[in-house]
Amino acid sequence: MESMTIHELHEKLIKKEISAVHLTQKLIEHRNSREENIHAFLSFSDEEALAAASRTDARLADGEKISPLEGIPGAIKDNICIEGQKCTAASKMLENWTAPYNASVIDKLKALNFISLGKTNLDEFAMGSTTENSAFGPTHNPWDTRCVPGGSSGGSAAAVCAGEAVWALGSDTGGSIRQPAAFCGLTGLKPTYGRVSRYGLLAFSSSLDQIGTLTKDVTDAACVLNAIAGYDAKDSTSIPDEPEDYTKALAGGVKGMKIGVPREFFGRGIREETKKAIERALHFYEQEGAEIVDVSVPHVNSGVAVYYIIAPAEASSNLARYDGVSYGFRASGSKDIIDMYLQSRSQGFGEEVKRRIMLGTYVLSAGYYEAYYMKALKVRTLLKNDFDKVFKICDVMITPTSSGTAFPFHSFSDPLSLYMEDICTVPVNLTGVPAVSIPVGFSDGKPLGMQIIGPNLCESRILKTAYAFEQAHPEYRKTAPKGEVEL
Amino acid sequence: MKITSEEAKKIALLSRLSFGDEELDKMKSSMNEILTYMEELNQYDTDGTEPTVHAVELYNVMREDIPRSGISHEKALMNAPEQEDGCFKVPKII
Repeated sequence: MESMTIHELHEKLIKKEISAVHLTQKLIEHRNSREENIHAFLSFSDEEALAAASRTDARLADGEKISPLEGIPGAIKDNICIEGQKCTAASKMLENWTAPYNASVIDKLKALNFISLGKTNLDEFAMGSTTENSAFGPTHNPWDTRCVPGGSSGGSAAAVCAGEAVWALGSDTGGSIRQPAAFCGLTGLKPTYGRVSRYGLLAFSSSLDQIGTLTKDVTDAACVLNAIAGYDAKDSTSIPDEPEDYTKALAGGVKGMKIGVPREFFGRGIREETKKAIERALHFYEQEGAEIVDVSVPHVNSGVAVYYIIAPAEASSNLARYDGVSYGFRASGSKDIIDMYLQSRSQGFGEEVKRRIMLGTYVLSAGYYEAYYMKALKVRTLLKNDFDKVFKICDVMITPTSSGTAFPFHSFSDPLSLYMEDICTVPVNLTGVPAVSIPVGFSDGKPLGMQIIGPNLCESRILKTAYAFEQAHPEYRKTAPKGEVEL
Repeated sequence: MKITSEEAKKIALLSRLSFGDEELDKMKSSMNEILTYMEELNQYDTDGTEPTVHAVELYNVMREDIPRSGISHEKALMNAPEQEDGCFKVPKII
C-alpha cells in the first residue's frame, strides 16, 4: 500500500524518491479514472497544478527547502475564490462566474506554491448535508457509491477519500466539514470562528461560516491548518492572536486530561453502533490516563431550531447580492428591473436555496422578528453559556459527529427530517468553538465519526486528543475501495 | 403561527423570488412544517438574556486611513451580464 498522506509524501519528495510532477500526474490519472463514478470535482486545473509541481521540482533540484504542504496536490471547495478560475458554489447563479480575486486562504497557499487539482462539488451555496443540492449533480460516497458523501463539503471529502486529492479545503457552517469527514472516514477540522480568514469564501451565514480542512489523518489536518490559519486584515472577524504550530503538540498524549461526555448528544436518533463505537473510544481514553466526566449541555436540543433560524436569516441577507446586475446569472427578456430580479433569482437558485431565503426573509420580517430571530439569538446565548460552563470542568468534549453512517440518496423526503440530522454539529458553529471529526469505527462497511470539541483557540488540544486515538487505531484509517493510487 | 398563501406571496416578493402557484404552495407547506418545529424554542426562558449575534467577542475593528487600491474597473466589469461604456447595463428602471 502506498502511503498517501501529506507528511509521508513530503518525506518522499525531499528524499527525491518521487518528483512533484510525477505525483501530480499520477493523481490526475487516478482522478480521471474515478470521476465518472464519484463526481467530486466541478472543474479541473491540471495545467496550473503541473506548473506549480515543476516549480517545486526546480526548487528541490536547487537544494531549496520546501514547506510540508508544497508539492502535494489538494482540492478546493468551489465556494472559495481562486483568481481567474470559475467559482460556482454549485449554483446555476454562478455557473459562468470567474473569481476576480483570491480568497485570503488561497493567497496564503499560493505563497507556499500549493497545488490544486480543481474545485470540488458542494450543496448549492453550501446549503445542505448530502451534496444532493448541487445544480451540477450529486457526488457519490467512495465507500458505497449508492450513498451520499455527506455535505455540504461532499466533493472535498469524496476527493480525498477516493484518492483523487491528498487534502482538501472545505467550509463548515453547521457541520459541512465534519459530517462529510465522518461519512467518508476522514479527519475533518472546523477551526475556531475567526481563526481562518473568511475573505473570499462566498458568504452563506457570516456568523457561522468557517473554512477548514479535510485530510487523511490528524497530522495532515495540523499541517494544512498551519498553512491557512492567522490574522487577516480583510476579514473584520479575524482573530489577531498568533496561530501556533499545530503539528508541535500532536504527540502530547491525553494523560491527565478531562474528557467531558455530554449525555444530551447521545439521545434522539443516535444509532446504537455509533454509541457503542464512542463508548469504546472513551474506554481507550480512560486507559490512556484521561478522566471521563459526565457533563451537561441542557440546551443542545435547541440547536437545530436556533441554527435554522439564524443561518437562513443571514443567508437571505447575504444572497440578496445575486440580483443579475453586476455578475452572475441574468434571465433574458425581462420587462423591467423588478421582473429581472425576480426571474434571474428564480431561475438561478435551486429549491433549497429558495427555501432558506424565504425562511430567512420571514423570520426577519416585521411582526416575526422578535418571535423567531431575536428568540433564536437569545437561546444561542443559553447554548453558549452551557459550553462556557462545561469547559470550566473539562478540557474537551466527545460526541458523535452524526447519528450513523452515510445513507442512500433520497433518504429524506422532507427538509426538516434532514435538518434534524445536524443535531451534533450545529451547536459548535453557534458557539464558535473548534471541533474535529475522526474515524471511530465501521458499521456495515461504512465509516463512523467521532467529534472532539474544544474551547476557543484550542485547536492543538483537540488535535492532540484525536491523534492519540488515531495512532492506536490504524484499522479505522483504511482506504476506501479503489482509493489506492499507483505511484 | 402559520404562513397563509397571501403571506407566502408577500415573502416571495420581499425575497425577490417568483413561484408558480403549485410551487409556492409546496414551499409554504415545507416552511410551515419547519416553523412549527421552531416553536420548540418557546420552552426556553430567555427573559433577561442578551442575544448573541457573533460567537466571538465583538470589538470595533478599525484600520489606519491609508488609501489603497481596490479591484480594477476592468475586473469589476469582467463578469457583467451586460455592459456599456464601462458601466453595468440593466433594464429600464423608471
